Amino acid sequence: MHPAKSVIFFTTASGAGYGMMIWLAVLAVLDVLPQETVFGLLVFGLAFALIVGGLLSSTFHLGRPERAWRAMSQWRSSWLSREGLAAIIGFVPLGVFALISIFGIAEMTLGVIFGLIGAGMALLTLYCTAMIYASLRTIPAWHNGWTVAGYLVLGPMNGAVILAFLIAIFGYGEAAGAMRNIALAMLLAGLAVKLFYWQHIRTAAPVSTAGTATGLGHLGKVEMTGSPHDQDNYLLREMGFRIARKHADKLRRIATLLGFVVPIVCVALGLVFADGPLNLFVSFVAVVACQIGITAERWLFFAEAKHAVTLYYGEQAV
Amino acid sequence: MTSLPETTAKKLGLVVDLDICVGCHACAVNCKEWNASAKSAPLTDYDPYGKKPDGVWFNRIHTYETTDDAGHGQTVHFPRSCLHCEDAPCVTVCPTGASYKREEDGIVLVNEDICIGCKLCSWACPYGAREYDENEGVMKKCTLCVDKIYNENLPEESRVPACVSTCPAGARSFGDLGDPESEVSKLVAARGGYDLMPEQGTKPVNKYLSPRPRQDGRGGDKAPRMLASADESTEGAGLIARWVDKILS
Repeated sequence: MHPAKSVIFFTTASGAGYGMMIWLAVLAVLDVLPQETVFGLLVFGLAFALIVGGLLSSTFHLGRPERAWRAMSQWRSSWLSREGLAAIIGFVPLGVFALISIFGIAEMTLGVIFGLIGAGMALLTLYCTAMIYASLRTIPAWHNGWTVAGYLVLGPMNGAVILAFLIAIFGYGEAAGAMRNIALAMLLAGLAVKLFYWQHIRTAAPVSTAGTATGLGHLGKVEMTGSPHDQDNYLLREMGFRIARKHADKLRRIATLLGFVVPIVCVALGLVFADGPLNLFVSFVAVVACQIGITAERWLFFAEAKHAVTLYYGEQAV
Repeated sequence: MTSLPETTAKKLGLVVDLDICVGCHACAVNCKEWNASAKSAPLTDYDPYGKKPDGVWFNRIHTYETTDDAGHGQTVHFPRSCLHCEDAPCVTVCPTGASYKREEDGIVLVNEDICIGCKLCSWACPYGAREYDENEGVMKKCTLCVDKIYNENLPEESRVPACVSTCPAGARSFGDLGDPESEVSKLVAARGGYDLMPEQGTKPVNKYLSPRPRQDGRGGDKAPRMLASADESTEGAGLIARWVDKILS
């Protein structure tokens, strides 16, 4: 599948933003969420910026962005519609949670309630995003539970790594400790999910073949000898995207190393060091590495996925 | 509404006979001609007279070669277009309601006025039936010539999809596949018409008919050698040629 930059940015940025919101709500529940205006403006501001920026970016790949509002109407059948709706509705509890936490416009007990509802909506939105991909039978590499697990874990994981760094800047000892532990646990979970995902797509039996696509399988091996067109068409550009295998392996190593291994080491070091410049430095390295690694992971998620239509163009099995 | 209808009154669709198709692409060309000036117009072409012509087509004709374990080969021309599936995944994924399946005849259509061009329907279709129009920013697809088959300005025999009326070999038939008494249903029953990728769960309305089995005992059982192998082999060559080959190799 063609990895559209706007969709990669959307899923990584919004994922991180929703992840931050979820952990801010968890910190509020644990009663360790710092309620200082500057800190609040920064973390909630960044989380909202990531979510909104991602959602806006996702409209850039539309042919008719001015009609994007229509995408909210078909929630009965369409996961894309559900995602849009969940995202819009989620802004209400998350907004109230932010206002209470930053400006103290109401009791924090109320803030915790709105935070939890907002976190639930954030998770629901991530789930809908995952289901857009996981519901497509045409792409077996996406049509499985590991896709859902990936989206549910990686967004919150990235959000935790970012939040751990921001809290470390402000030196809130209690919250920083909690976030480092959460980030470490999420990174380990993320690494496990991604390794299982790669294992799954490597070993899963093919769903469709050139034989079933043409119905000519009973005549033997089916190979295309004549293409309908002598230039790439929309189908080949969008669904027939291919990358050299050596790049896929290299990118998997980059994704594993920068997305998970480096942040795990950094966050673990952060738990060892006392708060200070060295601690800030490793937290920062974790954030930067994680962004590059997750971007590589998301690019691969698209580029490695084979679509059933390629069976008509020479692919033997998907 | 992008929920699918429970049932449709008719199941209009095509039957493609792979035993007859000669791979002339006339169906694709007439499809393009009709649809470039009808409901889906413009059916955009990019760089049509340049070095890399490309564009939106609803009908694509592939040619496949099959080879069985014994090395017997067979060439099959294969027209590919929308199958107007009963469980059309392209319809249910649509977030705007632009993609829909008609209750009256089962035709799957796109309302181009509310399509946002998210392309998700083309991801959901295993058959590559939908092609995105980059100039218009919307998705386009086979309409089963909905503006032709009901067109009372046309003589009755012309009220069939363009691909069917133009096929010089008679490889394409059009009719109601939901009616067991229709000509197309009888054809499917007689020839064992089949679904493409039934494992995808789409329940296609269009059916394909397999090439008939080859008759044995005529013309040998293998195709002639390919040039590449003939180049290497001295089998059947004259004495001097074999002798030269032996010395030189």
